[in-house]
Amino acid sequence: MESLSNRKKVVSNKEMTFMERIYLPAILSGMWITFKHLFRKNNTTKYPEEVREFAPVYRGQHVLKRDEKGRENCTACGLCAVACPAEAITMVAAERNKGEENLYREEKYAETYEINMLRCIFCGLCEEACPKEAIFLTDRIVPSNFERGEFIYGKDRLVESMTDRIDITKRQHTGKRTEK
Amino acid sequence: MVASEIIEKLIFIFILFAVTLGIAAYATYFERKVAAWFQDRIGPDRAGPFGILQPLADGAKLFFKEDFIPERAEKWLFILGPGIAMFTALMTGSVIPWGKDLNLFGNSVQLQVADVNIGILFIMGFLSIGVYGIMIGGWASNNKYSLFGAIRASSQMISYELAMGICVITIVMLSGSLSLRNIVEAQHGMNWNVFYQPLAFVVFFVCALAETNRAPFDLPECESELIGGYHTEYGSMKMGFYLFAEYVALFTSSAVISVLFFGGYNFPGMDYFSGNMLAILGVLAMFAKTFFFVFVFMWIRWTLPRFRFDQLMHLGWKSLIPISLINLLITGIVIALKEGWFQ
Repeated sequence: MESLSNRKKVVSNKEMTFMERIYLPAILSGMWITFKHLFRKNNTTKYPEEVREFAPVYRGQHVLKRDEKGRENCTACGLCAVACPAEAITMVAAERNKGEENLYREEKYAETYEINMLRCIFCGLCEEACPKEAIFLTDRIVPSNFERGEFIYGKDRLVESMTDRIDITKRQHTGKRTEK
Repeated sequence: MVASEIIEKLIFIFILFAVTLGIAAYATYFERKVAAWFQDRIGPDRAGPFGILQPLADGAKLFFKEDFIPERAEKWLFILGPGIAMFTALMTGSVIPWGKDLNLFGNSVQLQVADVNIGILFIMGFLSIGVYGIMIGGWASNNKYSLFGAIRASSQMISYELAMGICVITIVMLSGSLSLRNIVEAQHGMNWNVFYQPLAFVVFFVCALAETNRAPFDLPECESELIGGYHTEYGSMKMGFYLFAEYVALFTSSAVISVLFFGGYNFPGMDYFSGNMLAILGVLAMFAKTFFFVFVFMWIRWTLPRFRFDQLMHLGWKSLIPISLINLLITGIVIALKEGWFQ
């Protein structure tokens, strides 16, 4: 039958010739190949001293963004939780009271917002689903831990602080907002 | 023997001992570096500049590990095994001539521990005893993998010693002496044995690989099937002794190859020098050749895959022994013709 992949090989069991049986030519050619590798550049990244750059599309730990006035963008619409294929996101919505206008951008906000980093598969669908540009995946790595409970990240670890804002310009898609 | 001579010998033995151990220790470092270069990596570079303190770190690690003896092991033999392996590996270095006589403070110093007149037999003898270190260690561990490794090692070493011995006989026929010093002296300048006996050299080299249990003949300790072979049950410095003995054997067998086939301390253009200068250059030439062969051993290790056991036996008994026998025969005929025995 004709091979579909066109990679079919006929196995031959032919007797080795004399030159093949004395091994030495094959051994010498093999040694020549390894010898050439002596002068090749190595590809090692000496990790603690050199850190390899992440790809611009790297998806690491999430951040909940604030706007330029320091108000949380998230309105607890729940689209991220719906979009999440791993069901890692939960939240409780609450209504904004009077006097909290400087904390939350719109009338509704997330009272608690939790991502289970052990469930999360870092697919980035939450970021894609978010209509308010509140959640982004960043180039930070979720640190390891000895306790499972520690991997459930609440708002204390997800919402960025105004003094130490997280750069997500690499993650912004065209047509979305311009500020960081 | 005069007391001063004994002291002189003791000092030389001490220096040779230290140098051999130092080189063996750095051979472990160099092996990892060479492996790394061949595989486009960097290799050990954390301990000290370029990682040159790595052997010390490895040694310290082995010292601080638990010195464990399995419950069902034959205790004394278990302890004896690594000792024998180390002892035999070190002893072979004692008859190797490292250089011409050196003139120090008015008396000449022989750069050889003992100029035994049967030097090459002494080396072959200690190589055979070396099997006992592995065999005793593997048997005393009371572990099937260890025993497998030990049996493989002993059968392999016995089979390859034959071809090796025949190659040595051809060299002895050429130089007319069993003393290593006489063999070296017979190869003055560039008159090296390898040019007269290339076939014997190839066979001897292959046998040396098998005798030192190195790749592609490292069946006694193949990690993939025998989880370490004869030293499976060993830990701490006993394990270190086995590994170390392997590197000492690597060094001494490289030295023996350079003595038998590559003129030892002879080098081209040696007639222009004399006295201490000649001796020192000779030692350098000897070490350069030895190190080159250490490198070739490593080079082969990181190039070739391991032989299958039946292939190993096939190569030893059906190829190398006939080849070396035919080589011996031809050498004998040529010598007889030159001496005019048929006239």
